[in-house]
Amino acid sequence: MEKMSRVTTALGGNVLTGRTMHCHLDAPANAISVCRDAAQVVVAGRSIFKVYAIEEDQFVEKLNLRVGRKPSLNLSCADVVWHQMDENLLATAATNGVVVTWNLGRPSRNKQDQLFTEHKRTVNKVCFHPTEAHMLLSGSQDGFMKCFDLRRKDSVSTFSGQSESVRDVQFSIRDYFTFASTFENGNVQLWDIRRPDRCERMFTAHNGPVFCCDWHPEDRCGAGGRWVDGGWLATGGRDKMVKVWDVTTPRAREVHCVQTIASVARVKWRPECRHHLATCSMMVDHNIYVWDVRRPFVPAAMFEEHRDVTTGIAWRHPHDPSFLLSGSKDSTLCQHLFRDASQPVERANPEGLCYGLFGDLAFAAKESLVAAESGRKPYAGDRRHPIFFKRKLDPAEPFAGLASSALSVFETEASGSSISWFVDTAQRYALAGRPLAELCDHNAKVARELGRNQVAQTWTMLRIIYCSPGLVPSANLNHSVGKGSSCGLPLMNSFNLKEMAPGLGSETWLDRSKGDARSDTVLLDSSATLITNEDNEETEGSDVPADYLLGDVEGDEEELYLLDPDHTHPEEPEYVLPQEAFPLRHEIVDTPPGAEHLQDKADSPHVSGNEADAASLAPVDSSFSLVSVSHALYDSRLPPDFFSALVRDMLHFYAEQGDVQMAVSVLIALGERVRKDIDEQAQEHWYTSYIDLLQRFRLWNVSNEVVKLSTSRAISCLNQASTSLHVNCSHCKRPMSGRGWVCGRCHRCASMCAVCHHVVKGLFVWCQGCSHGGHLQHIMKWLEGSSHCPAGCGHLCEYS
Amino acid sequence: MNRGGSSPSAATNYLLCTNCRKVLRKDKRIRVSQPLTRGPSAFIPEKEVVQANTADERTNFLVEEYSTSGRLDNITQVMSLHTQYLESFLRSQFYMLRMDGPLPLPYRHYIAIMAAARHQCSYLINMHVDEFLKTGGMAEWLNGLEYVPQRLKNLNEINKLLAHRPWLITKEHIQKLVKTGENNWSLPELVHAVVLLTHYHALASFVFGSGINPERDPEISNGVRLISVNNFCVCDLANDNNIENASLTSSNFGIVDSLSELEALMERMKRLQEEREDEEASQEEMTTRFEKEKKESLFVVSGDTFHSFPHSDFEDDMIVTSDVSRYIEDPGFGYEDFARRGEEHLPTFRAQDYTWENHGFSLVNRLYSDIGHLLDEKFRMVYNLTYNTMATHEDVDTTMLRRALFNYVHCMFGIRYDDYDYGEVNQLLERSLKVYIKTVTCYPERTTKRMYDSYWRQFKHSEKVHVNLLLMEARMQAELLYALRAITRHLT
Repeated sequence: MEKMSRVTTALGGNVLTGRTMHCHLDAPANAISVCRDAAQVVVAGRSIFKVYAIEEDQFVEKLNLRVGRKPSLNLSCADVVWHQMDENLLATAATNGVVVTWNLGRPSRNKQDQLFTEHKRTVNKVCFHPTEAHMLLSGSQDGFMKCFDLRRKDSVSTFSGQSESVRDVQFSIRDYFTFASTFENGNVQLWDIRRPDRCERMFTAHNGPVFCCDWHPEDRCGAGGRWVDGGWLATGGRDKMVKVWDVTTPRAREVHCVQTIASVARVKWRPECRHHLATCSMMVDHNIYVWDVRRPFVPAAMFEEHRDVTTGIAWRHPHDPSFLLSGSKDSTLCQHLFRDASQPVERANPEGLCYGLFGDLAFAAKESLVAAESGRKPYAGDRRHPIFFKRKLDPAEPFAGLASSALSVFETEASGSSISWFVDTAQRYALAGRPLAELCDHNAKVARELGRNQVAQTWTMLRIIYCSPGLVPSANLNHSVGKGSSCGLPLMNSFNLKEMAPGLGSETWLDRSKGDARSDTVLLDSSATLITNEDNEETEGSDVPADYLLGDVEGDEEELYLLDPDHTHPEEPEYVLPQEAFPLRHEIVDTPPGAEHLQDKADSPHVSGNEADAASLAPVDSSFSLVSVSHALYDSRLPPDFFSALVRDMLHFYAEQGDVQMAVSVLIALGERVRKDIDEQAQEHWYTSYIDLLQRFRLWNVSNEVVKLSTSRAISCLNQASTSLHVNCSHCKRPMSGRGWVCGRCHRCASMCAVCHHVVKGLFVWCQGCSHGGHLQHIMKWLEGSSHCPAGCGHLCEYS
Repeated sequence: MNRGGSSPSAATNYLLCTNCRKVLRKDKRIRVSQPLTRGPSAFIPEKEVVQANTADERTNFLVEEYSTSGRLDNITQVMSLHTQYLESFLRSQFYMLRMDGPLPLPYRHYIAIMAAARHQCSYLINMHVDEFLKTGGMAEWLNGLEYVPQRLKNLNEINKLLAHRPWLITKEHIQKLVKTGENNWSLPELVHAVVLLTHYHALASFVFGSGINPERDPEISNGVRLISVNNFCVCDLANDNNIENASLTSSNFGIVDSLSELEALMERMKRLQEEREDEEASQEEMTTRFEKEKKESLFVVSGDTFHSFPHSDFEDDMIVTSDVSRYIEDPGFGYEDFARRGEEHLPTFRAQDYTWENHGFSLVNRLYSDIGHLLDEKFRMVYNLTYNTMATHEDVDTTMLRRALFNYVHCMFGIRYDDYDYGEVNQLLERSLKVYIKTVTCYPERTTKRMYDSYWRQFKHSEKVHVNLLLMEARMQAELLYALRAITRHLT
């Protein structure tokens, strides 16, 4: 800022020079206005009213208009404006409702000229006519606008907005008779100065007060009048938006909309730049932004000098786009040079990355970046190739260099097979509902059928590890430990082995393991039963209270929320929402061993079907050795705990390979057995990744099941979020707010039970054929005895 | 209806006003009969409210939709005299208690309890004790402030200041709360808490100002429920003014013919409206008028009957009879006239420099989304609500009256509007009304039925409820403005 960056612009012989600078005022400013010679600025506030001369590298106080022994409220300015035709004429709006004009040409110390005390409330804004010397317009909190002729003692005409307070009034630059006014209730009105009886046009521009408006300064310019900006009106509101309206059309049309981060207090078009406008905000945000309305997301420039909210902004010269003046609550007056502005675009991160449904990857980055790296071809994986590479030119010229980016799309190989295994597996895997041994066998079978032998092996091994009786003679311990560690190595190594056709080896192995299994059937069964019992007990603990609560759901929704502490199951210190809001049609057969110990989640950040595929393509060729090892271990009856480190490594390995499916499936199937050994965070990551993948493949059922089976709080609560269902009234088709059974508009009950003819307040079940329905239980009961619709429409309803 | 039967003696259910107490002291044998309180309000005859109610499906619909307790409580019944307003009230209350917000549900109710406790409003406390437990709050907290987390305890200071002297809130208070540390508040949480506090302070004003009766159905006593203390003395309720009524009858507003009172008020309003144009008060004059009004509010000592008794006497009684002090610290801290503190001379709050519409809204909505819209609607609603009637007269523009009420409340909190001529307050609000306003907004717990009855005798009860609504919202806005201004200063 201290460097003398001098900018000179030739403006018809008038040369502006200056630098970014500021000066301290004695008090907070409420508004500023610039003299038409661009060499003076007036600052007004509750207790300040001064004229400053803008010199090359400083502001110099020229005149203090706040004179008199006792400061009167007339001097407490809400707004100030300098006449653009007459250098001596100023007008202020006072907070007590007085409009004051000032004549700097008066010889006395007191420059006050006229006093209009017609408004009953605070005057928010005053505005001189751009070309007419004696015409002044004011807008006040009392809802009136008044037009004053400075040659007369009182107002010429009064305009009533017929609504709440007027926040801003602005004469049109293009049309001599037109002015715009904005209101606290969000409306904008266009008036003809000759017709005080009613406004020409009115439209709702914002939600909440419209604080400011500004007409586009360019009058029908451009090449041969091809576009007409003179009819553009920018408005800013408390709803944090700046909107640009084309009011030349019969209906005001919103042409641009900029979303800012705070309510917009002032808006000013930038001279000589068709699409630029400057804004400052009323609260919280202290910066001044210059926006290109065509790029509404990132400001073109930003001035960050102020330490408190900016209350007034003004371009120094109507034809010079580089100087902006501003006054602020922090008691400073600033001149900003456009070239010193910070440009958020430079700091923006123009990279974007997104996966498509089938594993396509789109990537956009700054061109420079892509060009630099393209030599290294970093993104072209072995099996992928860029499909197209396109350059998009930016519409906004000033940004072209900065923001143009390159978009690359990588497509996976066309063969759908690479993905189909994932879907198949997801659908066919059994994760719960049966003893672990069966789960393992089933999943192993699925994997084998899909040609994923390594995965199949893993399942089988898990079965061996966990489904054998757990007692280990202590004498064997030492021995087995040695063996265990030695077996760890080959096991890990096996994953790195080259691809081999699944062959004899594995089959043999399977045969053998079957044999083993058979011999141990009795033992296995007993252990399985044991586990099951345990689990059932737990199940009762958690499910029963849930059911109890659910029983009432149908009757009264309220009950759901007003949990009676007495009814909370003692074993459940914390209340957990039931996983299902109503009984499932097909109850999932008894809780499986381990099913409810689902844990948490897992995930690896860069999962893609392909990567997972890569992992699965490496079948095991060391199966023989593996088998022998595990067989030996089995014989020695190591406790399953012994393997947990190994299993953990295995899961991590799969996850890192990108096969979170495997990691999560094993996690769910094994439940408590391994859960505690694995980092909670990692589990959560796996789960989220897997669920994300499932949802991308639209496997909603599977993903729901996974969510349900997970025991991690963070995951299982996924099913409990955004559970609201929005309904429309069946009579008036409007959305029903509040209660779901009574329409607020037509006051009719929307959902009547066809059986009991009462309003259904809870679960409503209806036939998709005839769309009649009612209370779940009533319908259930009805359809047990009859196959026709209870409404008598003759439809043969089905309830399954 | 004597609730709960658990109270040691029937008489303790009602505070005794000092007048009655004097009488009782003279003759210990006098038995004070327990009045049968009927209806939602002790001030308003039951039929007034009930009649209005039965026809009103809209109210029932609103209650069903927004009530947290699921029943039509007495507050709602009284407010339902103004259904339009009731809707925005219930919506905003429901939003701050039940909808998405930074604070957990039990916290919200506990904060409501803390706020209501500043005014010993057992009605609100009981209501929220129930809800607090229902939403899973720790019953232990209800034993008092020592049992709650330090974080909640830290709210005490601003609760106290907001309730009684909001102008003392500075950004240091805010900084202390949000300073990083174990018990710090995030800004959104703080804003939520502030909204709740101000809402319940103001609601306490309404409860006392409208003489809301305790809810009828005594729920199973869980030990933390306060014995419901109604602050209205039996002599008020009995409605006979046979006890020495000297202070009332001899006061300068004596019993004028109430009809002519009304006529006079209308006359003054008309005159003011006409005068507007020709009258040109100098600016100095305007300033002095505000100062005068501010000062004058000093002499409007609330609770005319308490007037003659030493202050401390009163406070002792208050603390002894109510169980609520466990929810607050520094119970002696109360409203002190803004104008009185000559030495420090706090600057007047200039309404134009920090308005609800421009500044307050943006801040509150930013930190606690959507509440701004709801509050905005509520303020707007109450300010613009009118049926164009005054007592028996119809087609009256009551804007001036409403504005005078609103601004007078703000004036007592030191908020000044540059564009308001405070001379109007003097013209429009009679002294008995000023006494009532000051009592209701500054020490609501001292409101008596006599005060309620003594102003605007010709006006309908629903109009008086409207006055109460205005006072309540004006008070809430004043507190909010101070709190939000402090937060804004902290942010900049």
